[in-house]
Amino acid sequence: MFALSPEGLERVKKEMRRYETKQSAIIPALYIAQQENNGWISDEVIDYLSRVMEIPAAQINEVFKFYTMFNQKPVGRYHVQVCGTLSCHVNGAPELIEFLCRHLGVKLDEMTADGKFTISRVECLGSCGTAPMMQVNDTYYENLTPEKALQILKNLP
Amino acid sequence: MKETKVLTEHYDKEEYRFLEGYQKWGGYSMLRKALKMKPGDIVEMVKASGLRGRGGAGFPTGVKWGFLPKNGEPRYLLCNADEGEPGTFKDRLIMERAPHQLIEGMLIAAYAIESHKSYIYVRGEYNYPIRVLEKALEEAYQAGLLGRNILGSGFHHDMDIYRGAGAYICGEETGLISSLEGYKGQPKLKPPFPAVQGYLKKPTIVNNVETLAAVVIILRDGPEGYRKYGTEKSPGTKIFSLSGNVLRPGNYEVPLGFPLKDLIFGLGGGIPNGHQLKAVIPGGSSAPVLTAEEAMRATLDYECLANMGTMLGSGAVIVLDDRQCMVDCLGNLMHFYHHESCGQCTPCREGTGWLDKITQRILSGQGQPADVDLLFKVADNMKGRTICALSDAAALPVMSFVTKFRDEFDYYVHNGKSKVKGKVLAHAQMYH
Repeated sequence: MFALSPEGLERVKKEMRRYETKQSAIIPALYIAQQENNGWISDEVIDYLSRVMEIPAAQINEVFKFYTMFNQKPVGRYHVQVCGTLSCHVNGAPELIEFLCRHLGVKLDEMTADGKFTISRVECLGSCGTAPMMQVNDTYYENLTPEKALQILKNLP
Repeated sequence: MKETKVLTEHYDKEEYRFLEGYQKWGGYSMLRKALKMKPGDIVEMVKASGLRGRGGAGFPTGVKWGFLPKNGEPRYLLCNADEGEPGTFKDRLIMERAPHQLIEGMLIAAYAIESHKSYIYVRGEYNYPIRVLEKALEEAYQAGLLGRNILGSGFHHDMDIYRGAGAYICGEETGLISSLEGYKGQPKLKPPFPAVQGYLKKPTIVNNVETLAAVVIILRDGPEGYRKYGTEKSPGTKIFSLSGNVLRPGNYEVPLGFPLKDLIFGLGGGIPNGHQLKAVIPGGSSAPVLTAEEAMRATLDYECLANMGTMLGSGAVIVLDDRQCMVDCLGNLMHFYHHESCGQCTPCREGTGWLDKITQRILSGQGQPADVDLLFKVADNMKGRTICALSDAAALPVMSFVTKFRDEFDYYVHNGKSKVKGKVLAHAQMYH
């Protein structure tokens, strides 16, 4: 069964006191839980949060499903999100995505066999002037070429 | 060709990101000035400056503030830092380079509208800007610029950050409120407007990052000084995010009324590799597209762009050159709107789905003769029939693309391939 670490639970409780209502802590709690559950949210995670936050599971679930930053299935240790919206699209994003998928031997949203990478195509990340770009976990990498992007991924521990 | 750096004057200085450096360049002196004024006088000042919301709608800021009830009920100030309009990356610049300018602007606004609590709602992907803001808030609290009895004025105000989680619709002010309240970010029916009934049903003002930062300038220069730049109906300067097929993309601050061609060919260095300008989306992806010929005579102000049937929006200028297939570009945008529709209103939920499907069908070479008219018809039926503006934001680009570049759509349907020579769109299936 999923359970947060004592520190994680403390952080969730702090978030529940941080805003005017505890509902506002659902998004922060999902972030904390996702971090402790290898980058995704399972049904178990929802049930657990429902218990500790005393909020109906259905309510947490609908928030979870609405926002794209919460993953509904396991992702690699490095979640590589390539922006595909217009400014990136006309500056080589399709080629970048194709190149990374081919070199890592995966389809979009599929994890590499070693569990290290998942490549996703996402919508505008507000990095249009430095296109094309990718976000690896929390970090932006901008002004990429396919080769440069692959090198960045290869250099990750 | 030069920028007119009013808001961004000191953005190139590393120290400006920190309290000490910000204060060295005059930071927080406008807050000091504001705290000695009557709150109502600041509202009047902002009204007189003619500042219009920089997030996209362009609504006069002071007028918005004036909608708050006068009964002393607790009210909230929310800073909209959800920056998600494709092509826009200016709020990120402000948060990364001048977090204290935003905080100072918010404090002045909060004092003017007599609010004691504010949130900066930042899109979840902006991890780095959030960290810069967190550090700045910490510095401001330590210096007594936030909290109880700010600078001995008797005014108190608390400010916090809320991290979104990836949803374009949360940039719509009532969607933002729903999200902050801990729900799906679905917009709410208006009226009541947030100024009357917003966050937790309390009076709430939602302003964009750039709007709030500009309040500092208005306090410094006065309404007349602020109006030194720009036009009568579009006063002041604005940061334009330039991207797409342009040699020097980036953020440029220029006076409103600045010629679009000077932004693209002057500051932006023109189109790379000797290609020709084909089209420009002047105000973020929701703004109807301009042909190259229209773009050459457009000026970047609310009235000119409205007269040309498009809008200034968030100030995101996306440049497309002659290598681009307009069917492909529209397909890209329709995929975006379909993905981002919150699903609440039927015309938008179903309409964006159909627009996406029809454009993808054309792109895959399976387009049918009636598809081009169908695109237009579906879009026309989506306009003005939903709670928020997302539906129109998807419909308007379709109608402009199809009307202005009809030949490319017809060619694609009849020939199963792009009219643009050598354009192979093998990646179309990657969207799904």
